[in-house]
Amino acid sequence: MILHRVRDGLPLMNLVSLRAVPILQQLHLEERLLRSSSDNWCIINDGTNRPNIVMGISGRPSELIDLKSVLRDRVPVIRRFSGGGTVIVDDGTIFVTFICNKDAIPGLQPYPHPLMSWTGQLYKDVLHGFGDFHLQENEIFLYYMYASLTVLDTYFTDYAIGSRKFGGNAQSITKNRWVHHTSFLWDYDIKNMEYLKIPSRAPKYRSARPHVEFLCRMTEYVPSRSTFIERTIASLGNHFSVKPIHQDRVIDPSNTLHSSSKLLTRQELEEAYSSLCEKLHIAAISV
Amino acid sequence: MALKLWASSTANALKISCSGAKTSPFLPFSISRCFSSVLDGLKYSSSHEWVKHEGSVATIGITDHAQGHLGEVVFVELPESGSSVSKGGGFGAVESVKATSDVNSPVSGEVVEVNTKLTETPGLINSSPYEDGWMIKVRPSSPTELDSLMGPKEYTKFCEEEDAHH
Repeated sequence: MILHRVRDGLPLMNLVSLRAVPILQQLHLEERLLRSSSDNWCIINDGTNRPNIVMGISGRPSELIDLKSVLRDRVPVIRRFSGGGTVIVDDGTIFVTFICNKDAIPGLQPYPHPLMSWTGQLYKDVLHGFGDFHLQENEIFLYYMYASLTVLDTYFTDYAIGSRKFGGNAQSITKNRWVHHTSFLWDYDIKNMEYLKIPSRAPKYRSARPHVEFLCRMTEYVPSRSTFIERTIASLGNHFSVKPIHQDRVIDPSNTLHSSSKLLTRQELEEAYSSLCEKLHIAAISV
Repeated sequence: MALKLWASSTANALKISCSGAKTSPFLPFSISRCFSSVLDGLKYSSSHEWVKHEGSVATIGITDHAQGHLGEVVFVELPESGSSVSKGGGFGAVESVKATSDVNSPVSGEVVEVNTKLTETPGLINSSPYEDGWMIKVRPSSPTELDSLMGPKEYTKFCEEEDAHH
């Protein structure tokens, strides 16, 4: 039996506040804490050091990114350990990650939809009063074999103001723990969005809009980055006893144990580009 | 949130079990998810995998309860044939609704076959979790490990209790 630490009746959560840590290093840290720690963690990384494209576990570069411009401009491409879509992150991105034991939150089942609902409610509280913030509902069909029954339900999956998304999230769930991580668009460079294709699998509310019409910047609605971060920590305090931990106690760039997130090599990207050109019967231009 | 329910026909006689839940506080309009099926002849783990032992081979997949909670599976990560699995240890993962979820082996042994159809058609796990959606076949190294797994009735009760607590 594992005894989880509790203080003041609430489960403990270690808080690690980072600034401009490389996103690959952040992902390695998250996966290490997911798989080798039994504590609850919140990691906040205020910006990352340079633009990186980050795909989900099943991401295919040829479908998700403009390979020619990515190769030309040498933009790093990472495949992360969690599911979900593709983002381009930079110093205008604020990252918030929760890593929890499956019984940390009473009544919360460790499946994708309940996790997204819980975190969505937390951020709703954080952003209450700033803009027309809401959680974008997406219709999802769930069905069970043999029951001949189709259940339609809606779940919170995206964070939007009006119909414009400002935060993308993804999860990874193990036998006894889960990670939910979000990249928030505090600000972004429109030029960077051109490295990303419009995904073939997209929520209905996107309505085939290009990135610039689909996304918005939090800086237009929230007074400051620190306001958002402080309110997130305060909201967490309703569910956990939050204990700050210095990053030196957890950051270990040399420790890549349990790290499946990886940087794609130039060779992998070039091969994907060549295959795509072959498929489209166009000449691959040397980049 | 909106909730709509259609029933195209009544549940058939194929071992419908109720793993029903009260309304979740996190899904104000959710309903009891009492339509997942549990089959006779299989054994079940507490992390919602099933195993069918026939001769020297054990076939493994995830249950209807699991696939229903995960949502549409869009990607499956499987081990190589010839690799080893340990009871309770992860052997792969499924991706659904922005989440990767580990899949654990109910028994220890050597992987002798993987379901390559899942690469092109991962949705087989949703549409046919106990048949076409099988994931790996293992040669068990300790067949007695199967004795500690749950039977259909025990697993049905397990699911009901799990859902009731949430």
